[in-house]
Amino acid sequence: MSSAAQNDPLKRGSAALVGVAESDLGEVAEGMSAVDLMAQGTVRALDDCGLTLADVDGVFAAATQSRMATTAVCEYLGIQPRYHDGTYMGGSSFMSMVAHAQAAIQSGLCEVAVITYGSTQRTSGRNAIAQRDFNPYETPFKPLLPASAYALAASRHIYQYGTTREQLAAIAVAARKWALLNPAAWEKTPLTIAEVLSARMVASPLTVRDCCLVTDGGGGIVMTSAARARTLRKPPAFVLGSGDSLSHLTISNMPDLTVTGAKRSGEAAFRMAGLKPADIDVVEVYDAFTITTLLFLEDLGFCPKGEGGRFVQDGTIAPGGRLPVNTNGGGLSYCHPGMYGLFPLIEAVRQIRGECGARQVAGTNTAIVHGNGGVLSSQSTVILGGASTV
Amino acid sequence: MEKKIKTSPLAAWREHLHAGNLAFQRDTATGKPVFYPRVAAPGSGNTELAWEVSGGLGTVYATTAIAQRDKSAYNVALIDMDEGFRLMSRVESVAAEDVKIGQRVKVRIHQPGGEEAPYPVFDIVDAA
Repeated sequence: MSSAAQNDPLKRGSAALVGVAESDLGEVAEGMSAVDLMAQGTVRALDDCGLTLADVDGVFAAATQSRMATTAVCEYLGIQPRYHDGTYMGGSSFMSMVAHAQAAIQSGLCEVAVITYGSTQRTSGRNAIAQRDFNPYETPFKPLLPASAYALAASRHIYQYGTTREQLAAIAVAARKWALLNPAAWEKTPLTIAEVLSARMVASPLTVRDCCLVTDGGGGIVMTSAARARTLRKPPAFVLGSGDSLSHLTISNMPDLTVTGAKRSGEAAFRMAGLKPADIDVVEVYDAFTITTLLFLEDLGFCPKGEGGRFVQDGTIAPGGRLPVNTNGGGLSYCHPGMYGLFPLIEAVRQIRGECGARQVAGTNTAIVHGNGGVLSSQSTVILGGASTV
Repeated sequence: MEKKIKTSPLAAWREHLHAGNLAFQRDTATGKPVFYPRVAAPGSGNTELAWEVSGGLGTVYATTAIAQRDKSAYNVALIDMDEGFRLMSRVESVAAEDVKIGQRVKVRIHQPGGEEAPYPVFDIVDAA
């Protein structure tokens, strides 16, 4: 028995992402709530594909500021869904929800599913909304979570593989270059490796420029069956593969700080999709910190374990590079409201549709989207493809 | 009727700390060390967990120095104990930035006093 979820009972291409939208991002209006942003993202996503609230019979929501997020958004929008789900594993929840929605659609439990998220952590004040568990085996050491957990992982990668701070900084610089091509991105000015290295240290070896943004934001995704998807307004992004992995909750219980559950979730997703890394056109991974991008590129198979630093150092993942990674600018430079996982899914769909303007990767037919939750704890991978892949 | 637990895993661990010891559990079915303390062992589900006192020696597995405004950084590290379990702690005898992966360390039980429970911290073991 493997401990990674094998989503093979799901049929490759049986469901598709048909509507996507961001809510207001960055710094939203005073008094806006997480549920306001979920509602805004949901109606915009429905508008994107030409469906209405009356079509929705499945609701999937998660938010740090709303314990009963699915119930909250259903009340707010007046939806009484046939099927609902409140998966909560941090930032990867939304990738898992894609698989859960596909399962529900494939088995007839619902036909039109909405996945939604919202957060006002910037305007509400991060400390006011952070509900971190007290842990008697970690809390006394004031570990400044989550940053220090990723710093510990980075320290180990540097020790084992000779990865350098400059190589990590190249990831932040690539994300910034993509962000400058995205009008919705929070960051508007260029960034250099020297600026990353000389920025304020947060938890060594990570400076504030190795860390994700703290913004508001939310959004919505509409999914339906492959058959119905083909009747809607825009080209569908079919779900070709998915996989999950839960390896630990706390960083002191992560078996090997240089190997994440993305290895298992990625292998499961690739197997279901019948694809390999070389078949992927764009890569959208959860970049909470520069080290997470590096670990996921290795664990998803885009470069060998330990080679991530050398892989990214010469602009390979930046605009114009060999492998487009985090084409929206990522959590590092575009938007990071706390649980970023919905946004790389939105970007992957837009890349497959070919509607990304200056940052469009020409001829995108396949995208891998990888979510991370907690402190490298929960990993979930989704592979999407355009019409030519099914 | 099932037997009710009288002492929680956390309370038992802290009793050892009050006595000056870093304790851990061993799964009596598999022989594997278990940390953090639990009522059932991971993997086996065995509820017969035996307490042991660590010899106190370990190796730094991962380390970070956490910056503070107007104060020097403090250390957070993961320590691999010689008995085969890992825990979060800090290394105190050197500056936070000078803690290095692979360094040998020895436990010291920190007694903050007042309401705060004791917890284990580490010092560098000087090379012989």
